[in-house]
Amino acid sequence: MGTLRAIGAWIDRRLQLAAPIREMALHRVPRSTASWFYVFGSVTFVLFLLQVVTGICLAFAYVPSASEAWSSLQALNHEVPAGWFLRAMHFWGSTFMVGVLLVHVVQVFLFGAFKFPRELTWVFGVVLLLLTLGMAFTGQVLRFDQDAYWGIGIGASIMGRVPLVGAQLVHLLLGGPIIAGDTLSHFFALHVFIVPGLLLAFAGLHIWMVLKLGINEWPMPGRLVTRERYLEQYEELTRKDGVPFVPDAFQRDLTAAGVAVLAVIVCAAWLGPSGPSGPPDPTIVQAVPKPDFFFLWLYAALSLLPPNLETPLLLTAPVIVLLLLFLLPFLSGFGEKSWRRRPVSVLAVLLVAVSFAALTRLGETMPWSPHMEAWSANPIPARALAARSPLERQGALVLQNKQCRSCHALGGTGGQRGPALDDVATRLTHDQLIRQVLQGGGNMPAYAKNLSPPEVTALVAFLETLRREGHSPARDPAQRELRLDSAEPSSPPHR
Amino acid sequence: MDDDAARPPSRRGALFRLGLALNGVAAALILTPVVRYFIAPGRRKATRSDHAWVTLGPIAQFPEGETRLASFKNPFRRPWDGATADIPCWVRRIAKEKFQVFAINCAHLGCPVRWFPQSELFLCPCHGGAYYADGSLAAGPPPRGLFEYRYRTDNGALAILAGRLPTLAESA
Repeated sequence: MGTLRAIGAWIDRRLQLAAPIREMALHRVPRSTASWFYVFGSVTFVLFLLQVVTGICLAFAYVPSASEAWSSLQALNHEVPAGWFLRAMHFWGSTFMVGVLLVHVVQVFLFGAFKFPRELTWVFGVVLLLLTLGMAFTGQVLRFDQDAYWGIGIGASIMGRVPLVGAQLVHLLLGGPIIAGDTLSHFFALHVFIVPGLLLAFAGLHIWMVLKLGINEWPMPGRLVTRERYLEQYEELTRKDGVPFVPDAFQRDLTAAGVAVLAVIVCAAWLGPSGPSGPPDPTIVQAVPKPDFFFLWLYAALSLLPPNLETPLLLTAPVIVLLLLFLLPFLSGFGEKSWRRRPVSVLAVLLVAVSFAALTRLGETMPWSPHMEAWSANPIPARALAARSPLERQGALVLQNKQCRSCHALGGTGGQRGPALDDVATRLTHDQLIRQVLQGGGNMPAYAKNLSPPEVTALVAFLETLRREGHSPARDPAQRELRLDSAEPSSPPHR
Repeated sequence: MDDDAARPPSRRGALFRLGLALNGVAAALILTPVVRYFIAPGRRKATRSDHAWVTLGPIAQFPEGETRLASFKNPFRRPWDGATADIPCWVRRIAKEKFQVFAINCAHLGCPVRWFPQSELFLCPCHGGAYYADGSLAAGPPPRGLFEYRYRTDNGALAILAGRLPTLAESA
């Protein structure tokens, strides 16, 4: 023991790191911050380090070439010992990192930690959030499969909406005029060198500032932040009611980091790696591209926005959101910190969370996507065909063959882009059905050119039978008047 | 004896400035090619035109009145492009020498549209964009009809002018 101590002392006399490390570990923090609410930042950083480790491991087998990347992932999944596990760790690590980071952002926001004097800590935090999302997107591209190929296409199509320099931006993103080998090389350099390098640098500065300025104290309603008094008050708080960072606060960070890494391991071992899906061969057009879950909300929003608002919103919304995030500490840098007295902030968080969750849920189910196999795969329910005339049954065939069910459900199966047809006859009259089929409208194509008059007659005859028992068919009041008129031409108009 | 203090301050300042200037020149000399290297893909006429004529094969394989899937090799392909060098497109032969060649990419977000001859519609799997047989917009979020390639026929073969990803910024 004495020898070890002597060796340690010999090293530190030269390295001179023991004193600053001890000072860092024992610096006093407000007692209230030794809380489970304060672990998310450090957990995110630990998950990032885990990503670095698993990422480096993957780089030993991954081939960043458009022609080989996909097969090298297959080899990692199926041939390289434990390769599947490392891929799974990297995927679940990224998922957890994004998730925990979002919790950290919300916590910091609700606890008013962005206020004086921690404005720059917040600004660098926003940069870290963007870099992390950048890692998520570029990483998804390195999994160079069908989803990745069309995912880059979606990115390029968004870029292409930028006025004046759209084409140049598309070419910069793709590393050329089209998705090809150069695209993957670009994304590899971004994902492996540039973005993680920036992440490490900004995370270092972020943590440095947390150490130098002190961790944000637990906000108390009514304790306002002022430029004159805050530093003094904080210093007094840590002196009177402070605890050393190690072990009082650190033990929670340590435990939470252990739980998070174990959770990643369990998910990786249990649920396995993500993909790769089909090979990145664009000639396989039977692809149904779908982004990873962090971008599903955007994918859903792009479907639900009115088309004429889409480009303006795509171009302005990110700018506005970024400006708000970056300017937040300068717009609201003083005053009340506690969420109990910041109702607008709480509502803003709830609004964002609910929108995010709802859009993500919609992005998972994709009710707007046509069910392209429905016409041949989903039969017409038997009850819709029982006791029907030959004409009506012919109409059912037209419905099936003209692929109406790509967008219209019947008996619970088929697309959901358009309304379900189970009770269409209670909503549309005979004339309205004909008009809708021929002219389309309301986001339905017109079928006038594509259906012969007998086909339209049969189809509409079948559609008119589609209503629930006991529900009466849609009626056209004007039609009835006309019929009454023609039946009793002599009777005076009823007033 | 304090050597530094003895020196005239102007001389030390001059050497410092010389050092700064030398490093500034070096940085500029390094940065110029580095920046050029990075923005090269974004510069339009940097190294090559991004358009060239490629053949889709003999006209005979496209029956009149039908729309068929065809594919071509990216004219600017590199050996390591792999499967991404094969680009699909939809060929509609209207009459003997009259064609329409549509890009595979939906005008909304670039997803691959699929042709359904029964309902005579192109449908996009991503957000449900729909186009008529002539490529015009039928329904859904796309802001325009399908992108069309310029085509020509020579010696019984159909060729198109291709090479870049069609987007709203520059069509096929």
